Amino acid sequence: MQALLHQLLSGVAGGAIYASVALALVMIFKATHHVNFAQGELAMFSTYIAYSLITAGIPYWIAFVLTLMFSFVFGVAVQRLVIHWFRDRSALAAVIVFIGLLVIINSMAGFLFTYTQKGFPSPFAGQAWYGTTYLSPHEVGMIVVTLIVLAIVFLFFRFTRLGLAMRAAAENPQSSRLVGIRVSWMLALGWGMAGVLGAVAGMMAAPNIFLAPDMMSGVILYGFAAALLGGIDNPWGAPIGGFIVGIMENIAGAYLVGTQLKQALALAVIVAVLTFKPSGLFGRTVVVRV
Amino acid sequence: MTALLELHGVDASYGPGQVLHGVNLEVDEGGMVALLGANGAGKTTTLRAICNMGVRTRGEIRFGGKRIDGRATEDIVRLGIGHVPEGRGTFLGLTVEENLRLGAIRRSDSGIAGDMTRVFGYFPVLRERLHQQAGTLSGGEQQMLAIARALMIKPRLLLLDEPSFGLAPLLVQEIFRNLKVINKEERMSMLLVEQNARLALELVGKVYLLETGRVVASGLPKQIAADESVRRAYLGQ
Repeated sequence: MQALLHQLLSGVAGGAIYASVALALVMIFKATHHVNFAQGELAMFSTYIAYSLITAGIPYWIAFVLTLMFSFVFGVAVQRLVIHWFRDRSALAAVIVFIGLLVIINSMAGFLFTYTQKGFPSPFAGQAWYGTTYLSPHEVGMIVVTLIVLAIVFLFFRFTRLGLAMRAAAENPQSSRLVGIRVSWMLALGWGMAGVLGAVAGMMAAPNIFLAPDMMSGVILYGFAAALLGGIDNPWGAPIGGFIVGIMENIAGAYLVGTQLKQALALAVIVAVLTFKPSGLFGRTVVVRV
Repeated sequence: MTALLELHGVDASYGPGQVLHGVNLEVDEGGMVALLGANGAGKTTTLRAICNMGVRTRGEIRFGGKRIDGRATEDIVRLGIGHVPEGRGTFLGLTVEENLRLGAIRRSDSGIAGDMTRVFGYFPVLRERLHQQAGTLSGGEQQMLAIARALMIKPRLLLLDEPSFGLAPLLVQEIFRNLKVINKEERMSMLLVEQNARLALELVGKVYLLETGRVVASGLPKQIAADESVRRAYLGQ
């Protein structure tokens, strides 16, 4: 029973990472109807920036904030300089651009920081009071940080003018232009915020999975599964999907398939959702006439 | 009177298909103008050309004396043009209140709350529906919301694309009565595209008649209504 509880709770901790990644994916999907395959690589690159800042002697939380700022600007820049030019092209063109980005950012990270795995510090001390028998201090910390970030994102979208403008631009670009909203900049801001969410996920995941150019390849897979499970067009569903997938991963890893096959589980979730409930648990079904 | 909106020899096309051919049109400051014509005559395209919405235009479009053709839609509307588009353009997933706040999203003046109260004066039903999702509103309510959203921009010119479309006659009369009041009391200029020629002729001060992308007649509603061919084609007499 204790072991089960431990698996459950550390599943929630892992799920926190997937929740952030899933929300980042949903954010861009809502606005552009594209799935950003390069989301994980953006997060990885941000984590390297954090690593560089920390090893340069900057205190963790200052490096954390600087990294978020970098990630925001980086996300905006990628949208303005790359994605923007493909906005009217086919979905296939978008997929190719995203995969190209994935490869470029991955190689760039390998070139700049080498492919050797590096340890990444956790800001949550090994013996802190909030550590329990079931959860390490870092796991507690990553749940708390993720919940705070998610809350800020939701409050932003719900209660600020800019948040409203971004939601409007995602829902109805034409009407948004007619009230004077610069839709393409709203998309760029969305990319920036998705970059920030990814950076949080990367920095929280790195102490457990180590820092390397391919560190997010597994995480992004679970992120996709989480986003689909929650409903790819539902920003509320994404984090919930993330936590569910995190728990499923741990339980199945411990009791069903073993750690070797854990990643296949993410694929199983993706296939199952797409087959039986494409709109996800909380999504709307969208029928497209072709 | 000076012209607030001027179109000089405006051509407009979607891809290879040209829809407008040398359209000349003026809306005076404080004026109310109707653009009439059959389906496919180019009425909606004219409005879309003014706001540069997905049409390619040639010719000259001026607003308040300044050239606006070729500018981005969001820059054009920021000059003070409210556009109630075909199909109403409602933000279906957002609440009525959010739809109205979006109308005022570019404004930073303190008059927003007051303007909200003012539009509720014209369309009281919107106050009752304030926290409802806009997609749950009836067609008539959505039309009122679309007009209200455009009013929240505090425009100098309101472009209305068939506000009577699909609505019950009683509701149409109510909406048109309100438009008249807004035009009179706030001196807001209006360019109205209508299928319902009879209604439009009662409402406006000037009429343009569009046929296959060309202005074929213009003048006072009286003159237009007296024209034999217009009577036959548009008034069913």
